[in-house]
Amino acid sequence: MASYSTNEFKSGLKVMLDGDPCSILENEFVKPGKGQAFNRVKLRNLKSGRVWERTFKSGEKLDGADVMDYTMEYLYTDGEFFHFMATDGSFEQHAAPDEAVADTKNWLKEQENYEVTLYNGSPISVTPPNFVELEVVETDPGLKGDTAQGGSKPATLTTGAIVRVPLFINIGEVLRIDTRSGEYVSRAKGD
Amino acid sequence: MLLFPSIEEPSMSWQPSASLDMLKARAAFYGFIRQFFELRQVMEVETPLLSKAGVSDPYLYPVKAQAMGQDVYLHTSPEYPMKRLLAAGSGDIYQICKVFRDQELGARHNPEFTMLEYYRLGFSLKTLMDEVAQLVGDYLNIQARMELTYQVAFQRYAQLDPFTATDESLLKAAQSATNSTEDFDRAACLDILMTHSIEPALPHDCLVFIVDYPADQAALAKVSVDPLGNAVAQRFELYVNGMELANGYDELSHAQEQRDRFERDQQQQRAQGLVPRPIDEHFLSAMQSGLPECSGVAIGVDRILMLRTDQSDISRVVSMGFHAS
Repeated sequence: MASYSTNEFKSGLKVMLDGDPCSILENEFVKPGKGQAFNRVKLRNLKSGRVWERTFKSGEKLDGADVMDYTMEYLYTDGEFFHFMATDGSFEQHAAPDEAVADTKNWLKEQENYEVTLYNGSPISVTPPNFVELEVVETDPGLKGDTAQGGSKPATLTTGAIVRVPLFINIGEVLRIDTRSGEYVSRAKGD
Repeated sequence: MLLFPSIEEPSMSWQPSASLDMLKARAAFYGFIRQFFELRQVMEVETPLLSKAGVSDPYLYPVKAQAMGQDVYLHTSPEYPMKRLLAAGSGDIYQICKVFRDQELGARHNPEFTMLEYYRLGFSLKTLMDEVAQLVGDYLNIQARMELTYQVAFQRYAQLDPFTATDESLLKAAQSATNSTEDFDRAACLDILMTHSIEPALPHDCLVFIVDYPADQAALAKVSVDPLGNAVAQRFELYVNGMELANGYDELSHAQEQRDRFERDQQQQRAQGLVPRPIDEHFLSAMQSGLPECSGVAIGVDRILMLRTDQSDISRVVSMGFHAS
């Protein structure tokens, strides 16, 4: 694996820090009028998802991390692992452990495409598309005619996720959800 | 399903990184500077950008070039040749020029940037600070001014004394500021606390002068002893909104002392694993022949424009930032 000097650090670069793969978020160069230069770097630990702030001496090097993002289709879960299949024509399958899927579990839908990050060939994180469409399996009865604004109620989706929805939504309806905020966007357009 | 026709857009990367209004603001700033010095009868000069000798500062990395089959450096500041003009009897002089520093790129750094450097014969550091406050304060419309010694700045914003703190307590503070476990040396610890703890905490909308730097950060400034017995450099830096704008010296005029400092700098370059850059013998000969008593200052033109136009990235105030060069 190549190594990268602080001069080459930029947003999105994947490097190893304290034994974990990290993605660089920000890189700020600082130097007093006379004296040594440093790089104040923000990185996301790709295993834990936590953001680290760390300063390096300018010119210091970090090893690159063998981390690649792939688009994969979600197949099924066997209760322990979540199974995905590459969409690049290789039909290669990968089993992601619970901690890699983490909160994305709320938005997993069979035959939907996800971004699966492989570290040394194994999934370490799964990112959902910005919007998914999921069916309501449980919510209080809808209020007829109440299509105006005002009022919301909880609704449980097929994945088990609970989102706030308008009062007029009924069981069996398919909703468009913004996975970044976990918020209801609209009813799904009928196909 | 809708199919979108594919349209070949011409690449936009040729566009300047500054707006046309910004180009005008820069032109007007140059006019302001030239008028300021014309009124004070300071002469504009030019000096070579190419130099066979390299800057001595071990933490500046000059850009190397080739000319006439020889290795040369692009200058990191016009200081050495301008002092040769002073030694030759030029009188008060200023220069607006591009300078080049490798390995410096960020929101406040570009590997080439515009410097205003000027020298005033017979000026004390205090008198020069007054004049710089007038130049920068008038242009940025800032009247408030304060002066902090390096020691007080550390005591106030980093809660330690840079002269008397133990190596251990400095290291602990520097490690905590950087979330690092690295074994930084004392000089690195001071630089870390300056850039991480002090600069971001300095007051805004005020000309903040920091003075009386530790003697080992003297560079080309005279050294004296402060009332507490600390050896301090006769040097100031000007900050506005936590951004360093200017670096001024009561200029060292002692040739042998200058040679000793250059040789120490070369040792530090070696310690970094570099082949030491040749010492500028023309400059030392000029000092030997006699540099008049003077104070001088280097001012970052792009950063002042950033403040005046409320930009947080230097690439917005230069016509084309490094990424677009």
